[in-house]
Amino acid sequence: MKLKELEGRLQQVDVFESPKLLLEQYPTRPHIAGFDIDEDALDIFRTNAEEFELQNVDLVQCDICALPSTILEKSVDTIIMNPPFGTKHNKGMDMTFLKSALQMARTAVYSLHKTSTRNHVQKKAADWKVKMEVVAELRYDLPASYKFHKKKSVDIEVDFIRFSFD
Amino acid sequence: MKLLTHNMLRSHVSGVTRGFPLIIRADEVKLNSVDFNREFVTRMIPKLEWEALVQSAESLGHGSDLPRELVSGYENDEEFLKKVHHVLLEVEVLEGALKCPESGTEFPINRGIPNMLINEEES
Ligand SMILES: C[S@@+](CC[C@H](N)C(=O)[O-])C[C@H]1O[C@@H](n2cnc3c(N)ncnc32)[C@H](O)[C@@H]1O
Repeated sequence: MKLKELEGRLQQVDVFESPKLLLEQYPTRPHIAGFDIDEDALDIFRTNAEEFELQNVDLVQCDICALPSTILEKSVDTIIMNPPFGTKHNKGMDMTFLKSALQMARTAVYSLHKTSTRNHVQKKAADWKVKMEVVAELRYDLPASYKFHKKKSVDIEVDFIRFSFD
Repeated sequence: MKLLTHNMLRSHVSGVTRGFPLIIRADEVKLNSVDFNREFVTRMIPKLEWEALVQSAESLGHGSDLPRELVSGYENDEEFLKKVHHVLLEVEVLEGALKCPESGTEFPINRGIPNMLINEEES
């Protein structure tokens, strides 16, 4: 079930909008490294990449939250990510992702965060001394995927944000 | 895993201070053919850990006679750029493992994907 849902979601997006892709911002073709903790997610991404005949992608299985400043420090130019917003049990997960991503990127991090948390995100960005710009306001149709979700799907407002260093 | 990706991975085993470069144990290597993009390679070279790249490529038997040290003026050396292209993007490790040079911890590579998750029970 989980697999199918992820597959469905991946089909709707352009490959470059897929999650946790680290990409080099060049006018020429970049090299992309995709990160996820979940083997199933990586498998599906690999299938998609093969289908699109993408040669410039590599995948790494890792825990983004357990990568304190060392493993990939300032090792990529740009990060694009779709972090988990966090559930009851792991509140603020997106901010943990953001913190890691900011340590890994040299130029910019593009990320999605709930619009309802924008003030909090702004405050954190100021604390971390990074520039923040809301590039787009999106509406997300999240299909109910966990048992505790009561409605069939929920619309949530999401900010697509660019974080950068001065 | 291509060597370009390998070049940016470090071991994050706790207590390790020199987790780079990860030693590659390759059980299966695939050679792909990737379009040569001169600009990409030229712009990538200054961002690389050069010595680690050469060392890793050699350990796989695909060193392509790259020099141990970068020679200035390489931007204009098409033959050199093509070699770097080959080593960075065309050599792919499908099966094997990455080994932390300090702690010896192994990270398996399966179907081209290195698994950098640390198994807490083991360590
Ligand atoms: C919001 S989903 C992105 C799903 C989908 N790929 C998309 O973009 O629509 C978040 C992804 O983060 C992954 N993830 C969760 N915790 C993680 C962690 N600590 N490290 C790396 N990836 C993680 C999940 O496996 C999941 O694929």
